Amino acid sequence: MALLEVSELEVSFTTSDGVVQAVRGLSFDVDEGRTLAIVGESGSGKSVATQTITGLTRGATVRGTALFRGRDLLAASPSELRRVRGAEIGMIFQDPLSSLHPYYRVGWQIAEMLRAHDRSFSRSKARARAVELLDMVGIPAADTRVDDYPHQFSGGMRQRVMIAMAMALNPALLIADEPTTALDVTVQAQVLNVMRRLQQDFGTAIILITHDLGVVAEMSDEVVVMYAGRAMERAPRRELFYEHHHPYTEGLLASLPEQGGTRERLTPIPGAPPSLIRLPPGCPFAPRCPYAWDTCRHDPPPPLAEVFGDPHHRSACWLSGDREVRRQQRETVRGDLQEPA
Amino acid sequence: MIRFLIRRLALGVVVMWLITVAVFALFFIAPNDVARTLAGRQATPEVVASIQARLGLDQPLWRQYLDFVGNALHGNLGYDYYHGVPVTTIIAAALPITLSLAIGASVIWLLLGVSTGIVSAVKPRSIADRGLTVFALFFYSMPTFLLGLLLLLYLYFYLTLAGYSWFPPGGYVPLSQGVMPWAQHLILPWLTLALVLAATYTRLMRGSMLDVLGEDYIRTARAKGIRESRVIGRHAVRSALTPVVTQFGIDLGQLVGGVVVTETVFSLPGLGKTAIDAIGQQDFPVIIGIVLFASAAVVVANILVDIGYAVLDPRVRLH
Repeated sequence: MALLEVSELEVSFTTSDGVVQAVRGLSFDVDEGRTLAIVGESGSGKSVATQTITGLTRGATVRGTALFRGRDLLAASPSELRRVRGAEIGMIFQDPLSSLHPYYRVGWQIAEMLRAHDRSFSRSKARARAVELLDMVGIPAADTRVDDYPHQFSGGMRQRVMIAMAMALNPALLIADEPTTALDVTVQAQVLNVMRRLQQDFGTAIILITHDLGVVAEMSDEVVVMYAGRAMERAPRRELFYEHHHPYTEGLLASLPEQGGTRERLTPIPGAPPSLIRLPPGCPFAPRCPYAWDTCRHDPPPPLAEVFGDPHHRSACWLSGDREVRRQQRETVRGDLQEPA
Repeated sequence: MIRFLIRRLALGVVVMWLITVAVFALFFIAPNDVARTLAGRQATPEVVASIQARLGLDQPLWRQYLDFVGNALHGNLGYDYYHGVPVTTIIAAALPITLSLAIGASVIWLLLGVSTGIVSAVKPRSIADRGLTVFALFFYSMPTFLLGLLLLLYLYFYLTLAGYSWFPPGGYVPLSQGVMPWAQHLILPWLTLALVLAATYTRLMRGSMLDVLGEDYIRTARAKGIRESRVIGRHAVRSALTPVVTQFGIDLGQLVGGVVVTETVFSLPGLGKTAIDAIGQQDFPVIIGIVLFASAAVVVANILVDIGYAVLDPRVRLH
């Protein structure tokens, strides 16, 4: 059994403009010690989904199940969830400056968490452990920096502090919500290295939320591609990069600059993601999809189904899961598009 | 931080100097016949002239001003025109009353305002929030003199008629005569001041808390799995207090300089009432003494606010 099994997760918010369907039937699972990347544009529901699982979304209507070590987090009481958060599921967020309390010393913030979950930590013991943790994530002179305030650290160092805090109680799962988005590229690599090292040492599973496909390529075992609150494609990393099935994944990869490649303009996906309040009836990607035909525009996309004969590779697209048929379909649709010209 | 405070202090001195100039100018632009008032209706011009000479009013304005500043720098604010009492003595007598009023009221309004603000922010749009908002706006819209009179009417007049003389109508009993009589005489003025001011703090604290509760570090605190009560108490309230500290400094500084309306309604001979009486009598040394003291209170309060920031926020401390 997987460490975390999320199935048919639906999250919606009632706002004055209408009901926002942030997550619509999302399923995924994470095994112990593995890294699952959730990729998608802003507003695709990737952060909402993980924050809902840990009980951090407020005022939302939630359906589905999220089995963590066999118990359903979505049905758990607030105090049960509180005991899971921090102790069994650690979390780090995008902006490490605003994520740390500006008024408290970093050591205090780490110690607070230790003491909240484990009464046996005395003040001095918690502090000693905080120094150990800061040292573990590669903060130099940890025994003096433990008494510094967050604003005295650089961005990368702050994110290390967040990681130290999230890993303090050796959680089984670490949810990293865009952990490197706010950092310089060189610092990004260092922070990712720290995460990877800790994962190897402690066997932690990681859910990595990102829109950076470079980070995905570097870190993940499996990838879920999200769009407008749905999973579009789910695949092992290699398959996702080299044998993707869904046109949205294709668009994402095509929009990456080629390393050392010719200096051409980037290829963006035309259009913008749909409003989550008034979703189109068919596939949410249909208005931007180069291969969309009538079915796509009128019928909701099929559920994630096995493609290319690989049980680990699933895609939610009307295009065939058979390589040859899919190629023909694409050519036909492209041909249709070009005929009037 | 120390250098910053010294700069603030120097600035405060400049502000107070400007205030002496302004008050002097105002007073001498206005019609001024204090010597005649003192001398009485039948007095001969000679008597009036001798009184003017005694009070130093025959001197040119710049001379009077320099004398005043020179004395003030030696801690002498002059003598009251009518009884020759040193102004410092008058201030020293009135200050404990105003301080009792201001500090007592500020404790009540801070407790009331901050706690209701927190409750409102933690459950926004709940019945408690709406009820507290109505409560706050009701008192916020009420003038102090009206609330003071209403409290007197109901809690003093009607209650006493009904045979319960719990609340005296006014007057001041020094703290040296016991805490209970002191507090009993001050409770109505405290409530008058506190209820009107608490409303500001309820709204301020509510808004500030709502902002802070949306911060990333509050999400982090929840993600750490600490208790919600601690998330609110230790993580949110401390940040949310910053604007409250500013407002509190301004309010308290002003109150220490005299609470004119409340002191008048409850016949408390504090700085506010003394100043009003002095203005009625054109008792210039008393007026300028109290104005100077009040501005000093505001200057000091603002410096205390800056120190308060540093206590709350380490980022201020280090810069």
